[in-house]
Amino acid sequence: MIVNLLSGDKPRSAVLTALLVLILICLAGAPFIFDGVRPLDTAARICIFILLVASYDLLLGYGGIVSFAHTMFFGLGAYGVALASTHMGRGFDALLVGSLSGALAAIVLALLIGLFSLRVRAIFFAMITLAVASAVAVLVSQFSGLTGGEDGLTYKIPRVLTSANRMGEFLGTRISGKILNYYLVFTCALILFLLLLRIVNSPFGRVLQAIRENDFRAEAIGYRVVWYRTMATCLSAATAALAGSLFAIWLRYVGPDTTLSFEIMLDILLMVVIGGMGTMYGAVIGATLFILAQTYLQNLMGGASEATAGLPLIPDLLDPDRWLMWLGILFILSVYFFPTGIVGRLREGRSA
Amino acid sequence: MSEPILTLNNLYTDIAQYHILQGVDLQVPRGQVTMLLGRNGVGKTTTLKTIMGQWTAKSGEILYNGQEMTQMPVSARARAGIGFVPEDMGIFRDLTVEENMILGCTSGPLDPKRKDWLLGAFPALGTFWHSEAGNLSGGQKQMLSIARAMAEERQLYLIDEPTKGLAPAIVSTMAQALRELKAQGASILLVEQNFSVAKALGDTAAVMDDGRVIWNGDMAELATNSDLQERLMGLSMEAH
Amino acid sequence: MAAAPDHKPTFAALSLSERLDKAMPVLLVPLLVVLGFLAIGTPSSWMTLTVSGLAMGMMIFIMASGLTLVFGLMDVINFGHGAFVSVGAFVGVSVLIALGDWTGTASLLLNMSAVFLAVVAAMMVTGIMGWGFERIIVKPVYGAHLKQILVTVGGLIVVEQLIHVVWGPDEIFITRPETLKGAITFAGAAMEKYRLLAVAIGLVLFIAMRMVLRRTKIGLIVRAGVENGPMVEALGYRLRMVFIGVFVAGSALAGLGGVMWGLYQEVITAGMGEKMMVLVFIVAIIGGLGSVEGAFIGALLVGLMQNYVAFLEPKLALVSNIALMTAILMWRPQGMLPVVKAK
Repeated sequence: MIVNLLSGDKPRSAVLTALLVLILICLAGAPFIFDGVRPLDTAARICIFILLVASYDLLLGYGGIVSFAHTMFFGLGAYGVALASTHMGRGFDALLVGSLSGALAAIVLALLIGLFSLRVRAIFFAMITLAVASAVAVLVSQFSGLTGGEDGLTYKIPRVLTSANRMGEFLGTRISGKILNYYLVFTCALILFLLLLRIVNSPFGRVLQAIRENDFRAEAIGYRVVWYRTMATCLSAATAALAGSLFAIWLRYVGPDTTLSFEIMLDILLMVVIGGMGTMYGAVIGATLFILAQTYLQNLMGGASEATAGLPLIPDLLDPDRWLMWLGILFILSVYFFPTGIVGRLREGRSA
Repeated sequence: MSEPILTLNNLYTDIAQYHILQGVDLQVPRGQVTMLLGRNGVGKTTTLKTIMGQWTAKSGEILYNGQEMTQMPVSARARAGIGFVPEDMGIFRDLTVEENMILGCTSGPLDPKRKDWLLGAFPALGTFWHSEAGNLSGGQKQMLSIARAMAEERQLYLIDEPTKGLAPAIVSTMAQALRELKAQGASILLVEQNFSVAKALGDTAAVMDDGRVIWNGDMAELATNSDLQERLMGLSMEAH
Repeated sequence: MAAAPDHKPTFAALSLSERLDKAMPVLLVPLLVVLGFLAIGTPSSWMTLTVSGLAMGMMIFIMASGLTLVFGLMDVINFGHGAFVSVGAFVGVSVLIALGDWTGTASLLLNMSAVFLAVVAAMMVTGIMGWGFERIIVKPVYGAHLKQILVTVGGLIVVEQLIHVVWGPDEIFITRPETLKGAITFAGAAMEKYRLLAVAIGLVLFIAMRMVLRRTKIGLIVRAGVENGPMVEALGYRLRMVFIGVFVAGSALAGLGGVMWGLYQEVITAGMGEKMMVLVFIVAIIGGLGSVEGAFIGALLVGLMQNYVAFLEPKLALVSNIALMTAILMWRPQGMLPVVKAK
């Protein structure tokens, strides 16, 4: 039954299985295991980013295509919910309409970009997505009448999903709408993740990997390479948009910095590479580690920076704001030495 | 007889998962034209590319002037005096004929005497000296490719099917140029499908099959013995 | 024996449409200028915008030229190219600030000397940095596009962060040297002096680059290498050395572009190179990856387009360039002057 849920794609490593189960348990029980607002928020972010990174892995790891527009699709979903909630008023219908129209917009845009750039050479795709994504980011901040510009949009979601909705106590934890909201995020992310796992293990996913390995041969055998790649782009975009919608529902706020910025694009790249490209489970490991590090490690760096305050340059290098630099170095090193990421390492360790 | 300019000992080359060369042994005598013969797909082109270094030999050795050069980079082999005319001619189409010729000289400008000789041998190149090489006809491109390899003096020339698809008149121009090149003391390893050209030019011959050299000897002997041709290549020269 | 007359000249005269097709990319620039005039209407604004469009185009070209050649030669796509732009700007601006006495006085000689020194310092630092970047970041991932993109993006992040470490987290404001401030008025159109200077530098560089590529042996090797690298090696040239040379030169040019852009904007940030990469990529794609001439035309088109549209409808400036790119790719999927690889 579980194997079936995982589409037959088992973790294939005892340590990896243990880690995945641990992450699943922590995320499933987060409101009861951890205390306070911050852990719950962290858990929700982890759920959303696992989905986002997994959808990126479909493109990068399985399709061998580098996109810099993934945050754009993420943002489309988020803004979809935000705009629908602003204009239709609070309500589940607004959330649904917003999510679906965001995903639809993402598919259409992905189709256009894909047809344009994948037709010529895969490398165009990376450059063109970078250009288009930055143009969209500029547009969003300029058309502030609609999008709130740099300030973003704040809106109301159904009261059932807010902390104002008190539903009594369970296992010593006060149940509020916030926790309900968390489980909405968790469940959607889980279902969509399993769906992605199903896609990459389907015949479609296998062809995609064959194309990644050798597109000339795949074309020669008779697969329409552009069609497969474009389809992968659309699927990945749609899932990213849905992740964005979840993010918008969770935060009750969207802004360019939280959904569209190049920094988030880099974060996604780091998560997928460090976790392990082309494995799906890499997204789970990568996103979890990254968000935890982002949330908690930066404090540690701050402490180290203060502790070394007397030395030249070192405190600057250890400044919490510089943590992206260390990630960058880690990123380069992992592309060189661990191209299969943590998941790949764990699996090798087992077979060795 | 002096030592051969080039010796291949038990050379193996893989391309992707395919084992193309499976123990090639070959000697190219100094100052002679050696024909490399055999059916399509037996590894002639791969042999030349392995000598040039465009494919790396998996095992075996390549001795050039008695020196081992199996691991030498491509450009170092060229600078050591090997000229290469690949099967696809390797013409720089965006460059003019003149610029192609200039690139043929790695150690300085094109020597005027040599230029005169080459233009005498291949008059068409003079006519289109300042035109883009991409606009030349197939035969002219082939001439340019050979002339470019000859643009400065080299000791050994590896030439891959220079007469493929050419009109007979050009074939004889080409053969004459190669004879003059030999007269200057150069050694030539020539892959050739055209047997009349092979017969006219070759001093020695090596016949390949299945990634190995299966026969080695005088071209004259091969040319007159149709039984041998039949056995080695499955066809006889009389048929041509 | 029937002699086949293969020696006959094979050049048929090009028909008019073929000629037009070949010349079209070059004609697009004046065409856009004329369209700009029709859309804007007032000659003085049109002239001001044309000059600033050309200035912007020249600067983008300077940044893009190295990127496109590096791709053409070794099939290496460097997403970290923008790092050189940023570093060049910070080094150059630091020199200019240090030479504040020279830039503050209204002496053309002192001002230009300061700018010259800033440019030299920036190009030297980014050139050396390019050499290191090639060795550490690019060399291990030859032939693998996916890894190249990832690793060079990683390099970009690290360099940007190092800029923060060295120069602090904030943007730096810089004023232009005295004699480069202000504008000259010609036929009622105000044209900033600095922009005219940028156009001049860009033109000189483009012509110099063309001369090197067309008239020198190293230029021949580079052009031949873009078309058929293995053959260049088989003739006896060490293409890798040529490539490193081009990479270093391209990085130094990106550094120069960074200084010029910094003085143009009068403010520099660590992320400026990353932002410029968007335009640089658009330029390289529409020009045809590997083509310096294509990048030049593309850069002028992008610069002009951006300025005209920014005047007519400010919010659409960047989007207009995406539209330009889309239109050109619909017309020529490989870019305006595609580099034909011998394969």
